[in-house]
Amino acid sequence: MNKARQNPLNTAAMHGALILYTLIALFPVFVIIINSFKTRRAIFREPLALPDSESFSLIGYQTVMKQGDFFLYFQNSMIVTVVSLTFILLFGAMAAFALSEYRFKGNLLMGLYLALGIMIPIRIGTVAILEMMVATGLVNTLWALILVYTAQGLPLAVFILSEFMRQVSDDLKDAGRVDGLSEYTIFFRLVLPLVRPAMATVAVFNMIPIWNDLWFPLILAPAEETKTLTLGSQVFIGQFVTDWNAVLSALSMAILPVLVLYVIFSRQLIRGITSGAVK
Amino acid sequence: MTALTLTNVNKSFGNVEVLKDINIEVEDGEFVVFVGPSGCGKSTLLRVIAGLEDVTSGEVRIGGELMNLTPPSKRGIAMVFQSYALYPHLNVRKNMSLALKQEGQTKQVIDERVAKASKMLNLEPYIDRYPSELSGGQRQRVAIGRAIVREPKLFLFDEPLSNLDAALRMNTRLEIANLHQQLDASMIYVTHDQTEAMTLADKIVVLRDGRVEQVGSPMELYNNPANQFVAGFLGAPSMNFFPASVVGDSADITMGVRPEDLFLADDGPLAAKVTHVEHLGGDTNVIAMMQGHQVTARLFGQHHVDTGQEIQIGYTPDRSYRFDTHGARLA
Repeated sequence: MNKARQNPLNTAAMHGALILYTLIALFPVFVIIINSFKTRRAIFREPLALPDSESFSLIGYQTVMKQGDFFLYFQNSMIVTVVSLTFILLFGAMAAFALSEYRFKGNLLMGLYLALGIMIPIRIGTVAILEMMVATGLVNTLWALILVYTAQGLPLAVFILSEFMRQVSDDLKDAGRVDGLSEYTIFFRLVLPLVRPAMATVAVFNMIPIWNDLWFPLILAPAEETKTLTLGSQVFIGQFVTDWNAVLSALSMAILPVLVLYVIFSRQLIRGITSGAVK
Repeated sequence: MTALTLTNVNKSFGNVEVLKDINIEVEDGEFVVFVGPSGCGKSTLLRVIAGLEDVTSGEVRIGGELMNLTPPSKRGIAMVFQSYALYPHLNVRKNMSLALKQEGQTKQVIDERVAKASKMLNLEPYIDRYPSELSGGQRQRVAIGRAIVREPKLFLFDEPLSNLDAALRMNTRLEIANLHQQLDASMIYVTHDQTEAMTLADKIVVLRDGRVEQVGSPMELYNNPANQFVAGFLGAPSMNFFPASVVGDSADITMGVRPEDLFLADDGPLAAKVTHVEHLGGDTNVIAMMQGHQVTARLFGQHHVDTGQEIQIGYTPDRSYRFDTHGARLA
């Protein structure tokens, strides 16, 4: 055991630092949530006070429920995020497997080409993307968003996953081949479970930006029936008047699903089943 | 009938030639060991036989049938890997039965064979455990069991003992030898450990730099090595080499004498100074410098020799070997 780890002073300092960071990180979330349950007047008078019997109000949530199709936005965001993540993980893992497992001409070049996207922000291509979406008739569909987010997420996914797949024991894959497993079975049944922690990392990295994105929903799918949650919440922010109750309520509710997805993925991050596979 | 025939097998990765013109025959029921230093291509050769690598040119025949393009699972082989390569998400029973399921065997056949193999390897108490719950030796037995249940024509072992500790290695070596007797199947075994090669093999194939240096029974190779490499590779401690000028012959000739053929003798022709003594109980290894050449003498029993002591060493001339400058054996 490491000596430094056992020293109670070091342990206390470590926990102190972690608790401090947790407080800093959670503070804005905390402020948003408590204020979403207060009257407008109370929000401005004492932003940091907890809601009491006098200041408690659900007006924000009522406005959100009444105004527009909040649940539709919610559903749109959910569909876009989940489908994009599925595509990123599936295609990213497939490309990574090919790059790490098979020897073919231009393997290295292909890997570099696929990783190039990490360095180029996709928003630079917004105009071209919009023209493409108009030409293919995908404007104001969720598919427009799903395709863009998948393209945006793939480079990093391929990069991270191919590094991890290289670490999967070659013997294990070869044992599968000798036992008559197809390459697809080897990929889905042997390799994917072993890189699950890496998959979870990629999923978490991609999930938050997709869920929070305002840019592409605003440009590619601003129609009422395809609005995402982030875009939908913008109706409460006016140029002159902002309905803070509604904005804070909408944000509070928007946090929930990401939180649930994060909990699912983070459990995978922690769980490792590789031990005992080899050595 | 021959279990395996390799004819003029070549394999290159890009411009790197890994295997050069390999010709090997393995008879039915024979235990053949491929041995050589790391990077000599022995593992690649095994993977070529398994079908995990394609040959660049040449023929691979298993049981007389040309197998160059046959996928590994259809070659009638089973392989045991160095790292065990057990499926982490399957328990012992499922690890062993997976290949049979893929072959489309009936449940009855599968159960029967798994029961037989687990009995043979004493795996019955662990049959429902997962690989992560097994020790190294148990995992290796599962890996061997996974090969046995397929009842292959040819077993391939890729350094199966190198991840085990010394005591376990010895036991597992005996188990593999027993297994060979019980199953009466052909086995090919790759190792860099010459002790494993000597103890297990009916036939040893010594490889170096992708070429076969010599093929023969362990004692043939030990007593009659074709060249300096084989002579130096087999036997522990390895053969002593020194220029023949030391004993008054041409300096172009290299003399080779095995450590057990050297002995201490007051009138011995070789004068040397002891640099190190290894007391092994049964034997005593005396390492000495002789005109700038290190030699090892293996003395049976326990001897008292001091470091720094000047000694005279004798050898048996008809138990010595002579090699030319290219390492080829001279008569």
